Amino acid sequence: MAQLSQFRLKGLLILAIVIFAVPLFITNPFHYGLATQIALIAGAVVGLNLLVGFAGQISLGHAGFFGLGAYFSAITTSTYGWSAIPALVVGAIGVAIIAWVVGRPILRLKGHYLSMATLAVGFIIAIILNNEREITGGPDGMPVVPFDVFGWELSPFGQYTLFGMEISGDLAWYLFAGVILLVAVWLAQNLIDSPIGRALRSVHGSEVAASVVGVNTAKYKSLVFVISAVYASVMGALYAHYQGFVTPAIAGFDFSIILITMVVLGGMGSTIGVIIGAVVLELLPQLLADFQDMEMVLFGLILMLTMIFMPKGLLPTAANLLAKRRKKSAGGDV
Amino acid sequence: MFSEFLQYLFTGITIGATYALIALGFTLIYNASHVINFAQGEFLMVGGMATVSLTAMGVPMLLAVVLAVILAGVLGIALQRLAIAPAKNADVVTLIIITIGASIFIRGLAQLVWGKEYHVMANFSSDEPIQVFGAVLNTQSLWVLGVGAILVAVLVYFFTRTLTGKAILATSMNKDAARLVGIRTQVVLMLAFMVSALLGSIAGIVVAPITFTSYDIGIILGLKGFVAAAIGGLGSGMGAVVGGLALGVVEAMAAGYLSSDYKDAVAFSMILLVLFFLPRGLFGAKVVERV
Amino acid sequence: MTALVEVNNLSKAFGGVHAVEDVSFSVEAGQVYSVIGPNGAGKTTLFNLITGLYTPTSGDVKLNGESTVRLQPNELAERGMCRTFQQMQICMNMTAMENVMLGRHLTLKSNLLTTLFRLPALTRDEKAAREKATELMEFVGCGEYLNAEASAMSYGALKRLEIARALAAEPKIVLLDEPAAGLNAVETAALEELIRKIAAQGITVMLVEHDMKLVMGISDRLLVLNYGRVLAEGTPEQIRSNPDVIAAYLGG
Repeated sequence: MAQLSQFRLKGLLILAIVIFAVPLFITNPFHYGLATQIALIAGAVVGLNLLVGFAGQISLGHAGFFGLGAYFSAITTSTYGWSAIPALVVGAIGVAIIAWVVGRPILRLKGHYLSMATLAVGFIIAIILNNEREITGGPDGMPVVPFDVFGWELSPFGQYTLFGMEISGDLAWYLFAGVILLVAVWLAQNLIDSPIGRALRSVHGSEVAASVVGVNTAKYKSLVFVISAVYASVMGALYAHYQGFVTPAIAGFDFSIILITMVVLGGMGSTIGVIIGAVVLELLPQLLADFQDMEMVLFGLILMLTMIFMPKGLLPTAANLLAKRRKKSAGGDV
Repeated sequence: MFSEFLQYLFTGITIGATYALIALGFTLIYNASHVINFAQGEFLMVGGMATVSLTAMGVPMLLAVVLAVILAGVLGIALQRLAIAPAKNADVVTLIIITIGASIFIRGLAQLVWGKEYHVMANFSSDEPIQVFGAVLNTQSLWVLGVGAILVAVLVYFFTRTLTGKAILATSMNKDAARLVGIRTQVVLMLAFMVSALLGSIAGIVVAPITFTSYDIGIILGLKGFVAAAIGGLGSGMGAVVGGLALGVVEAMAAGYLSSDYKDAVAFSMILLVLFFLPRGLFGAKVVERV
Repeated sequence: MTALVEVNNLSKAFGGVHAVEDVSFSVEAGQVYSVIGPNGAGKTTLFNLITGLYTPTSGDVKLNGESTVRLQPNELAERGMCRTFQQMQICMNMTAMENVMLGRHLTLKSNLLTTLFRLPALTRDEKAAREKATELMEFVGCGEYLNAEASAMSYGALKRLEIARALAAEPKIVLLDEPAAGLNAVETAALEELIRKIAAQGITVMLVEHDMKLVMGISDRLLVLNYGRVLAEGTPEQIRSNPDVIAAYLGG
């Protein structure tokens, strides 16, 4: 356990260094945009990992909660003139309530039936967002006002001063998203390394074992479902403000699949791993874009091959390799 | 009033029969390997697209159908051999992602070979619809239902009367025991994927004149098949057929009487409702957890 | 003296087959009470009924006078009943220590707020839990695994770890389902010693076991099941001289 706490801080520190080092290497606003998107999506993936990676419950509809958060903020701020933070908070509370109401019955389901039910919930949310044109703008989406804090606006197109330095709106947004991601990771790690986290992981390890020592497994499954939905909602809301525009695609099945793929690809149950998953899966289409028509084929192929040969995900596989090598060299010394 | 109802019923049963065939494909693979194959819909797409493009090249219809079905069968075997078999110890979610990767890959190939356009396939027989009590019945619907019924009959025969069919069933019940009595379970798994692909491609071909076809129709069809299989109870052949038909009819009624925008929402609400009361679907096996 | 566990006319049928039929007995606080019988006699089913994993077809189970047949396993744990399993239920995704700390679940007072922000109350709580878990791991003889992953432990050590986890919940009664299965003679002797030490702390022990020597040596009373029914009940001496038991075990 002492190691776990140490590892926790180390992971957070490395992540912080990487996040704040990125601006040293990129200058292009497009790249900032990409990095900001990745950071916000990674935040949602960190939340999803609590559910999938630690508690072992599958969700194929998580984009639904991302979309709900995004649209709640979009509608309340842009149509009704709310300030961004109360919109985000009220949206998150609303999503938490929805997730709790929906989660109670469906989390009794096991395996593929749970996948099916979460998929259905995600689909229903996306269909509603698509069809309630008067409120959501329908399939074409709707514009969203910039994020604001007590009248002070954060826009990718603005100019700001930070510690006496002039910085562009792109950079400001990126730093903001980076800090949000760090907070998301810190909270997630605190949760995992705690009695609640143990209870969650025991639901994955052995649900009966958990129940006979007093863990109310139904309650903890609902709890982690709600927490991961709130993560998605908050990140969705920020994403909407950042993009300045939302479409129902962010609530759709494809995006749900992308989110869970990020978790599995990076390494279920590894907070840093799933962030790597998010980075890889967001960058891959950019790298493949040059191949034009071949993009889809290559994307599918890479996804398939990675999962076949690294079923535990990128980071755990790499960590295992490293550990083996270290053991080997340690053995050589003796 | 009645003719309207009948019209929706025809539409529902036709599309429901297609869902049932997809669901049967899911069931076959699920029984043999406990994998939910998210690439199932691609078999339909390949069946339809290959038939369209072959006939366009001047290949006679019947030969085109045979070739398309063979192509899908090969694809099914390849999927099992190259993607599922090497990952046999992977987590459930990992397997899901692998089949999703496979479906993106197949879709990508289809898009390369056949392009992104919608393709139209002619009805197998007359374009003149049949009038039944004021409702119109597309002749192709009869093809879908007829072929569906024949396939189900063949499957029933295959699983109850042939040794290969029984071997697949035995493997699905207990892999180790099946291996002990000399069944080559890897071959059985391959067969299950192949049969499932054959089913899917035939469904894809007969329904193509009704739905049109394009490289990306597999996603939503595959998902509907999964919904149908889950309604019926994963692993139950009977459940797949009932689930498929029920889903088709409910969808058509929802589209007709409520709103076509919300027909998919009704379908997905239906699965939630079913699972709420029957956590293992209509005909799903009841399992007592052993500890 | 009232019974700690009271079982009245308990039956459980699986699709018409009676796994447990009309079983009645009672266990008094402080006893070591064993359930024996041939394979398939319904011993584990009986344990599953008592611990809330199964709902009985008919009959009643009382813990401290309160009927428990409608309660979930976690609610029984809250009332002081914990158990281990014939097929061990260890969380292999956690460390050995975390498995035992999981047993402290009910005694910890952390909430979401103290957890998310890692407030001092949580750290204090965790420190105490870790100390208690360490003590228990040493008590059951898993002291060498304090920093091990559960997946790296031997079979025998895992069986003891499961007992430590059950004890971590500070139960009034523990049910051990075939704790000696798969253990060698030395390990079994250690287990016998461990059960005695647990009983000496005033914890009631219920045992399903095949090892007759172990059972006869440590039990205060025994229940013999055969085809789901009670064949005999009594002290080890009574059981040893019971003609039905002798017929079932030797003549069967």
